[in-house]
Amino acid sequence: MLAAILVPFLYRSIKNIHTGWFVLAVPATLVVIYASYITQVAKGEIFTGELPWIPSLDISIVSYLDGLSLLFSLLITGIGSLVVLYSIFYLDKHKEKLHNFYVYLLLFMSAMLGVVQSDHLITLYFFWELTSISSFLLIGYWYNRDASRFGALKSMMITVGGGLMMLGGFVLLYLMGGTYSIRELIVMAPNLVDQPLFTWSLVLILLGAFTKSAQFPFYIWLPDAMEAPTPVSAYLHSATMVKAGIYLVARFTPIFAASELWVWLVTGVGILTLFWGSFFAVKQTDLKGILAFSTVSQLGLIMSLLGASAVAFHSNDSIDTIKFAAFAAIFHLINHATFKGSLFMIAGIIDHETGTRDIRKLGGLMSIMPISFTVAAIGSLSMAGLPPFNGFLSKEMFLTAMLSLQKFELFGFDTWGTLFPIVAWVASIFTFIYSFYFVFRTFNGNYKPEKLPHKPHEAPIGMLISPILLAVLVVLIFFIPNFIGDTFVKPAVQAIQPFLYDTPQDIDIHVVAWHGINPELLMTIGIIIIGVLLFVALPNWQGMYQRLPKAFTLNNAYDKIMQGLDVGLNRLSRIYMTGSMRHYLLYMFSGIVVIVIGSLVVKNAFSLSFQDTAPIRPYEIILVIVLLIGTAITVLAKSRLTAIIGLGSVGYTVALFFVIFNAPDLALTQLVIETISVALFLLAFYHLPKLGKREERMRFQLNRAVISIAVGVMVTLVALSAHSQKLIPSISKYYEETVYSLAGGGNIVNVILVDYRGFDTLFEITVLGIAGMAILAMIKLRMNRKEKSHENK
Amino acid sequence: MKTNDVIIQFTAKIVFFIIFFFSIHIFLAGHYTPGGGFVGGLLTSSAIVLLVLAFDINTVRHILPINYTYLTAIGLLLALATAAFPMFMGKPFFTHYFNYFDLPLLGKQSLHTAMLFDSGVYLVVVGVTMTIIQTIGEDE
Repeated sequence: MLAAILVPFLYRSIKNIHTGWFVLAVPATLVVIYASYITQVAKGEIFTGELPWIPSLDISIVSYLDGLSLLFSLLITGIGSLVVLYSIFYLDKHKEKLHNFYVYLLLFMSAMLGVVQSDHLITLYFFWELTSISSFLLIGYWYNRDASRFGALKSMMITVGGGLMMLGGFVLLYLMGGTYSIRELIVMAPNLVDQPLFTWSLVLILLGAFTKSAQFPFYIWLPDAMEAPTPVSAYLHSATMVKAGIYLVARFTPIFAASELWVWLVTGVGILTLFWGSFFAVKQTDLKGILAFSTVSQLGLIMSLLGASAVAFHSNDSIDTIKFAAFAAIFHLINHATFKGSLFMIAGIIDHETGTRDIRKLGGLMSIMPISFTVAAIGSLSMAGLPPFNGFLSKEMFLTAMLSLQKFELFGFDTWGTLFPIVAWVASIFTFIYSFYFVFRTFNGNYKPEKLPHKPHEAPIGMLISPILLAVLVVLIFFIPNFIGDTFVKPAVQAIQPFLYDTPQDIDIHVVAWHGINPELLMTIGIIIIGVLLFVALPNWQGMYQRLPKAFTLNNAYDKIMQGLDVGLNRLSRIYMTGSMRHYLLYMFSGIVVIVIGSLVVKNAFSLSFQDTAPIRPYEIILVIVLLIGTAITVLAKSRLTAIIGLGSVGYTVALFFVIFNAPDLALTQLVIETISVALFLLAFYHLPKLGKREERMRFQLNRAVISIAVGVMVTLVALSAHSQKLIPSISKYYEETVYSLAGGGNIVNVILVDYRGFDTLFEITVLGIAGMAILAMIKLRMNRKEKSHENK
Repeated sequence: MKTNDVIIQFTAKIVFFIIFFFSIHIFLAGHYTPGGGFVGGLLTSSAIVLLVLAFDINTVRHILPINYTYLTAIGLLLALATAAFPMFMGKPFFTHYFNYFDLPLLGKQSLHTAMLFDSGVYLVVVGVTMTIIQTIGEDE
């Protein structure tokens, strides 16, 4: 993170050396640091650190390094180093804004490390959104392209939407458990299951995980995110960010696995995504498009395995094979990161060297780019699940786990469980097809130099280092699976299923490449045979994808939703935001009437009592009649002048009221003020523009009449009720008694104004001053503007 | 149309002083009888308005060369200073002092810091009303 701040300075000051070399040091150092924990974590040790952030809210940055976190941290930093190395050769140091790129990348890397090491829900969410934002920046790296911006916005909308859902889930978890710490929540997991909020929090957190990990139906942002530079696609969209959701599901499995819904949702959505992604991957013509859909489908595979691993919480004795699921998930996660990273890098190399990623223009590159071909072949075959590559091992374990699901009687797996291995098997066939499609359409077949923008040649060695390293890992893991299993996978499995195992050594899984002839092997052979047959016949049936109606795709649905929201909300706001003050006043008045009368009704506060009312004197009646006449004149006046005079008469009548109610100060002030305001009204009236100055009677409108009557009734009701229910005696006695002794005055009103409550007066004269200055400013400034506009003419 | 306003101008000269002294009276008597800074200020400005009506704005400005914006500011500052002064003496904001003094010529009278505050009010009211009337009157 700190290094990210330094990057722009390095970029500016040292122009000759590619900035990436400096950046490379950061993940490389981190790899070494994390590697030093491997041996201890493999024994089941856990490292924690804490940095208080907002102690009063119980929020702190708690880092927590167990098997699962360490595995992810190593993946992030390891693949991160390789990606940085690759990007040094991929991005031109003169044409590209490298400082932006590496700042975003390092920001992303630190955010991702934060996600996997946080033990605290809120900091986890903080880093989670940071990954969304930095990924948004990286996808939109070439910000002058429309497609980049569209893809970035789409991924932002979907992942941030999911992130907010997740935050909701986290808050619910906190409400149930009373702690933000994931560790403590895991310990109290058995108590949480019966809480009413449990299901909500489960669904919300799963929504967060599914959107991030591009599960069905939220996968649509991932193919559009392929507009990012290829190192970004390789890093974010194969190895790290899309696995944040996987991590989340794995991390929360101990909490939620006891729920039936969790098992069904995670497994079901995972397997559906697996099939959907692999099915549509064959349709793509863009190399990165194929890889994007393949990523979606492989993530679905891992997700379904995690769902299956949750079954193990329900039956810890009966069937051993289901315990494979968690192991297989983590193992496939590692494998996927290796082969998908290398494949993306190869796609980038092809793009870089030929100038296109369109698979229809490519072909026959095998002899021109032999090293790339080898790496691509290794990656693809591993993706297809063939020996001797690591994909084979995890694919076998996947099939084992899926087959064993149907042996469960829990949750109705005995009836519906058969569906899982079948779907998985069909999806594997499609995986096989698109893997072959990817590698053989690109490197085999006819060489079409006339269609290519550049003359292709083998990539520079620096660009090839990273994919070669990853491909070597792919092969290596096949031959030493148990080393990987013991050091990395088992501690992670123990973190996922802490109730089953005390230490990683208790997990009695031994991966063997050859496990005898069993249903899984037969299924794999079936996959190969059918896959090869279908691949050969591909040109005959690929056209079927074109027949699928476009209107039913999820992208179309997304576009429709976004467009509909945009248009609909615009229309909605146009309906009520008319810009007419009269309408807003109508809203306000009706709102007030509804609220006040509503609360009077709800609280049953109507009350009328005439016990302590004063007797009515004759001149009061006369004044009231005068007042009513004045009001009626004002309202019904045909000309403005009449209305102003009516208003003046009302004002003077009010002054008379003050006189007969013994308020000489008020009467004085009211008289003078009324005179001034009538004068001002007349002034305003005199200055009305000539145009449209028809002296017209006010038009009668029913709704306005209804609302004004309602307001009047409301005020009367409130006044009557308030008068009838005086709960507290008045404090004016105190003023009467102390006005001379304490304040040295005789006029209570004035003494209250300047002494008891002089504060009010101070601010009232300030208000007066402001009003005076405002009038001055308004008139003077308007004159200035007029002068200026004259000058401009 | 220029008419000879002798009567109104002459009356205004006399009535101005009557209204002005009445306003001062109302202002000073405010603590014991109806009146005070607000009404006093309004009456003073109405006296000035009378002059404006009888003559014209420029003449009145010549007779009373007062910048009413400054008057408002001075009034506000006076009120604020009166209110804030007790804070320096360790008393709460807006504590008033009063006592009785034997003044030469006037005899025994009470002097009250509330009067200072009221003078602030008076000045602000005069300042603001005159600012408003002057600006609107000058506006074309």
